[in-house]
Amino acid sequence: MTKINSKLRTSLAVGAVALLAVGCASVPSTLDFKALTQQIVKASFRDEGIVKASILANIDESNQVCSEADANGKPLDEKTAQAIEAANLKTIKWPSNGKFLGDWKEGEKIAQNGRGLTFTDDDKTVNGGNCYNCHQMDPKEISYGTIGPSLYNYGKIRSVSNPDSPDVKLIVEYTWGKIWNSKAYNACSNMPRAGHNGILSEDQVRHLVALLLDPQSPVNK
Amino acid sequence: MKHTLSILLTLGSMTLSLGSLAQKTASQGIDEYRAMLQDGNPADLFEAKGEGLWTQKRGPKNASLEKCDLGKGPGVYKGVFVELPKYFADTGRVQDMESRLLTCMETLQGFNAAEIAKTPFGKGEQVNMTALATWLASESKGMKFNLSQAHAEEKKFYEVGKRLFFQRGGPHDFACASCHAEDGKRIRLQDLPNLTKNPGDGIGFAAWPAYRVSNGQMWGMQQRLNDCYRQQRFPYPGFASDATIALGVYLGVNSQGSASIAPAIKR
Repeated sequence: MTKINSKLRTSLAVGAVALLAVGCASVPSTLDFKALTQQIVKASFRDEGIVKASILANIDESNQVCSEADANGKPLDEKTAQAIEAANLKTIKWPSNGKFLGDWKEGEKIAQNGRGLTFTDDDKTVNGGNCYNCHQMDPKEISYGTIGPSLYNYGKIRSVSNPDSPDVKLIVEYTWGKIWNSKAYNACSNMPRAGHNGILSEDQVRHLVALLLDPQSPVNK
Repeated sequence: MKHTLSILLTLGSMTLSLGSLAQKTASQGIDEYRAMLQDGNPADLFEAKGEGLWTQKRGPKNASLEKCDLGKGPGVYKGVFVELPKYFADTGRVQDMESRLLTCMETLQGFNAAEIAKTPFGKGEQVNMTALATWLASESKGMKFNLSQAHAEEKKFYEVGKRLFFQRGGPHDFACASCHAEDGKRIRLQDLPNLTKNPGDGIGFAAWPAYRVSNGQMWGMQQRLNDCYRQQRFPYPGFASDATIALGVYLGVNSQGSASIAPAIKR
């Protein structure tokens, strides 16, 4: 019995070694795939309209780390996530005139607009916020996406009755910061960094903050 | 001719009913519109054209495509679609349907493959390319995807395709995965398949080429991927480029065992 077992063990071990050896010979390592993917990307994409192929050669650290984690199916460890969030938090440009809220009616138009920055747009296209693509906001708009959470009653459920009150300062700042650079609060957020990446102007961000926090906005009715 | 007319009438009534959507609840109207889409598929017209192009003598060499090897030997067109992309020894490349057609159009008919690859979708030889891909897809309708992962290049392309799928970038930080990595999500009202696993019969990879009612165009998989990348705010992926083919391998292998409904009809 013991003899058979040890024989079996030996043959299993030999088998495992053989498998490993085959594995090493035919399947390249993760690093090789990374290099190969970069090489294929370089050869496959070209400039078109306002979009330059070079943007794919200069993907920032946050995106690199999150893409890698996604592809491996492993979420980031806490330390890495915190480091990414801290680095992104530093980039937030706070309102130059001290005003966080603009006109919610303008905000609604920006939230509806999903245009801009594709290779069929031109540099005169006004960029939209793409908000309704992923979020519910004004409940009258039934064509909303569900990739992000519903933002219906965003201000109301956070008890924002007067956005100028010092009591709600942190919520107002967070709302600005989240739109400006979502990765400051969630390292691998799916949400575009609208201010940080120059998709929206400071004024446009101000209008979106109003859409979310102004008690008169349909979002809070 | 009668067929064309009935398709046009169907399309006309779709437009009309869209106009009357407001009288019902919006989602009821949308459900009815989707049901109506199943009535007649103008892809039939592209299929017929593609079938004709297969046997027609064309190009500088005045030859047909009847000797084209799409993976199951020269001239075999049944069942090839559900096994692509795959590795081809003669070109030393992993190729999808459109990439392989490009090879045949060059080697058999004498067309300039690079020129065709540079031609915008819906123009010149690209129109014929789409018709051929549509017909060839229809010759595998109902069959189950069965992509090979036996060759080292095929395995490599799956791994590269997976990395491309998760690659975030561009001004919006979007990856394919931003929209297609979770179950039950939508963009506006459009349902999004989760393409990181098998999304099921006739969903995602198993639905293209498809006729798009919203713009009245027939799209092959290459154009589908191209428009995804456009909306992702990525640069232009070359027609039949390795990036598009690697993504096709990733999506196709994930769809293993699912039935193809291509050519489908889409909103």
